[in-house]
Amino acid sequence: MSRDFTIVVNGEPRTTNTDEDRPLLDVLREDFALTGTKYGCGEGDCGACTVLVDGIPTRSCLTSMGECDGESVQTIEGVASGEALHPVQQAFLEHRAMQCGYCIPGHIMTAVAFVKEHPDASREEIIAAMSDHICRCCNYQNILAAVEQSVARRG
Amino acid sequence: MKDLFDDFQEQHDSEVERYELRESPRYRFFATRRQFAQTLGAGLLILVSESDARGQRRGRRARREEPLSQRFHLGVEGSLTVLTSKVEVGQGSRTQITQAAAEELRVPVERIDVIMADMDQCPDDGGTAGSRTTPSTVPRVRAAAAALRELLKRHVAKQFAVRSDEVEVEGGVFRASPTQAMGIEDFATDQRLAEQLEEVTAAEEIPLVPVGDWRILGTSVARVGGRDIVTGVAKYPSDIQLPRMLYGKVVRPPAYGAILQSVDLNGADQLGGVIVHDGDFVGCAAETSWGAGQILEQLEPRCRWDRSPQVSSNELFDHFKRTAQVRPSQRGDLSEVMQSAVHRIDSRYTVAYVQHAPMEPRAAVANWNDGQLTVWTGTQQPSRVHGELCRVFRLPADSVHLRVPDTGGGFGGKHTAEVAIEAARLAKAAGRPVSLRWTRREEFTWAYFRPAGLIEVTAGVDTNGALIAWDFTNYNSGGSAIETPYRCGQTQARFVDCDAPLRQGSYRALASTANTFARESAMDELALLAKTDPLEFRLRNLDDGRLKDVLRAATERFAWQQRRGRKMRGRGIGLACGTEKGSFVAACAEVEIVDGEAKVLEVCQVFECGAIQNPVNLRAQNAGCLVMGLGAAGYEAIEFANGELKTASFSGYRVPRMRDVPKLDLFELDRRDLPSVGAGETPIIAVAPAIANAIARATGTRQRSMPLDLA
Repeated sequence: MSRDFTIVVNGEPRTTNTDEDRPLLDVLREDFALTGTKYGCGEGDCGACTVLVDGIPTRSCLTSMGECDGESVQTIEGVASGEALHPVQQAFLEHRAMQCGYCIPGHIMTAVAFVKEHPDASREEIIAAMSDHICRCCNYQNILAAVEQSVARRG
Repeated sequence: MKDLFDDFQEQHDSEVERYELRESPRYRFFATRRQFAQTLGAGLLILVSESDARGQRRGRRARREEPLSQRFHLGVEGSLTVLTSKVEVGQGSRTQITQAAAEELRVPVERIDVIMADMDQCPDDGGTAGSRTTPSTVPRVRAAAAALRELLKRHVAKQFAVRSDEVEVEGGVFRASPTQAMGIEDFATDQRLAEQLEEVTAAEEIPLVPVGDWRILGTSVARVGGRDIVTGVAKYPSDIQLPRMLYGKVVRPPAYGAILQSVDLNGADQLGGVIVHDGDFVGCAAETSWGAGQILEQLEPRCRWDRSPQVSSNELFDHFKRTAQVRPSQRGDLSEVMQSAVHRIDSRYTVAYVQHAPMEPRAAVANWNDGQLTVWTGTQQPSRVHGELCRVFRLPADSVHLRVPDTGGGFGGKHTAEVAIEAARLAKAAGRPVSLRWTRREEFTWAYFRPAGLIEVTAGVDTNGALIAWDFTNYNSGGSAIETPYRCGQTQARFVDCDAPLRQGSYRALASTANTFARESAMDELALLAKTDPLEFRLRNLDDGRLKDVLRAATERFAWQQRRGRKMRGRGIGLACGTEKGSFVAACAEVEIVDGEAKVLEVCQVFECGAIQNPVNLRAQNAGCLVMGLGAAGYEAIEFANGELKTASFSGYRVPRMRDVPKLDLFELDRRDLPSVGAGETPIIAVAPAIANAIARATGTRQRSMPLDLA
């Protein structure tokens, strides 16, 4: 049955009346027009739909509204501060860590949380964390360089 | 100049492995009145008048006589817009075309906007395939930009009564003297100039900026649109949203070859949304994709299908052999020369079906308005998709408006129109815009595949280790790069058509990966028999030239000579090289065998494609191709049984991830004396045989099937 759900999206409370089993991904994209979060597989394998739920990288395709009611959700649209890019976004730009770019919002969300949690991360730890994502253009060298730079600047 | 315009897209339509380009549309809509009546929901009956029933393809091709007004718009705010039917699928075409125009016009990159594949506006430069953007479209855009530059110089010269060669161009400003200048914003409002743009074409013999004078081409201009990608603002086809838009779903058959027998739509109007049954097509649309998915679940059990036995992947190569259409006349006889060979191989290689699996599955938004159909979709062949929409909906060319937003990956996999047609059919019934986005499962199952192949090689060398006979047969996968680049006494290479159990089509580099895998593996097998180092064996059988150059460069960087002598337990090195579409690649790899599985430790790859136009983007293509090639080399394989796909998800179909990337040493040779050619395909072809050769060296056992089952 549908009912009202309220989540705080990029700092703003947003409400939608919907089915509790409906994925967060669909609500973000279709109800709130936040299309930066992408569908890639619907099974949690590829990471394209990654958002931060209370700061934790989360697959929005596998997260139902019932599971995230009342939570705070950050999407790619909420990462920059106005015109000022987040250092991770800046690093992705500088290292040209994108080809088609479709997977990049998901990569950036995981990287934003990772850099914050692991300011001293080794290259191996970065690779382990970022391997939850797929970039089919296989631009992994540049993505790795971007995340390494983000860690180095922060650590 | 002539050649710039002559080599064009048509040549690719004849390549055998671009099967998808010869397919007829999957659906035949509005077939009978009875089926009309089964269309439910809003916009129940859709009648097509006879006068509409003349689907025609627009034949508007970019030609040398095309006026500059079709290629450029001058903006009153000082911007310059370039128009092209090429699309951006991640390979960097938007940036490259920006550079091309900026170079010739001396306009800053930031002031150039490129409109790609809005087929109402853009001249048709052909589809985005076959590495044609660099050798074909970039020169066309440059030639047009150079013609525009000269026209504007003459215009300024006239205004200020100087000679046009006295007009200097810098930063988008055309200067007749220190105090006399005009900019694009001035030109934009000049009516007389606008008329000239309608008349002047790029056909005039205006020299392009020579490579030695390049200031923008040849540099690592940042990816145009990069900021929108990292902020999530970029709108891909799946992100297009229109007011009142619905979301669609389509009922898929349970297996390949299944034919829709009947649909029971009794009471289906209670399910909500819009339901369409038209011929073989059953689909629905609702306010949300979740809602559409719930209707779909109700529709699926109402469909009855006729299934037929289908070939399975475990019998695939026998099936190819059984159905091979070999004509006796095609078979030359090399037996005599083969007899005289001192060493000879008779080897058989196989390559599995693989899939593009772009991160963005097929997506389209369709909207009907007053008999006019507008579709936003991701395709590499906008003109073809436009034509198919005209045919299927029986519309004149100017009633279909196709727009291709920058798309989330293609790799040769998005040449077809099915999602555009499906979205348009749903939207027609709904009377509202419909967004249809295929699921990953649909993309895996109902898109098309790189053809699997069986390749037989018989070859021999003489006492000097020189190739004297080479007989190469490719069953099913295709003819790209099928000719050996090595010097050889007698050669024959042929492609043999077979019955294909899966829908086949284009893929990055087509069959050149399969053919290079077989050839470079066979070369190593011969080198081993001749007790010759694989590098020395190749150099001995190669004429001097660009392929030899990349092979030498890669083996020097990799320190092949030093490393081949080192024996490390469980480790081996291998190399391979190849050429396709006028570019050249060589790779060296080192593998380690751990618990019986091969792990790739390192790959060194050198690539050469003429004069480099954007070094950072070229590196990304070189690396991206190599790692994508690593997937098909190592573990990607489509498995299917009796019409059902067994690998329709990323958990069932492994693609390379960051942890799979070995140590990479990449290099691109910059041949500024040679014309630039495309780079998005050829760097994929050498990695698989280099790894196979390394495994053979490490284990003493030759693996002749792709994938090689890497760790």
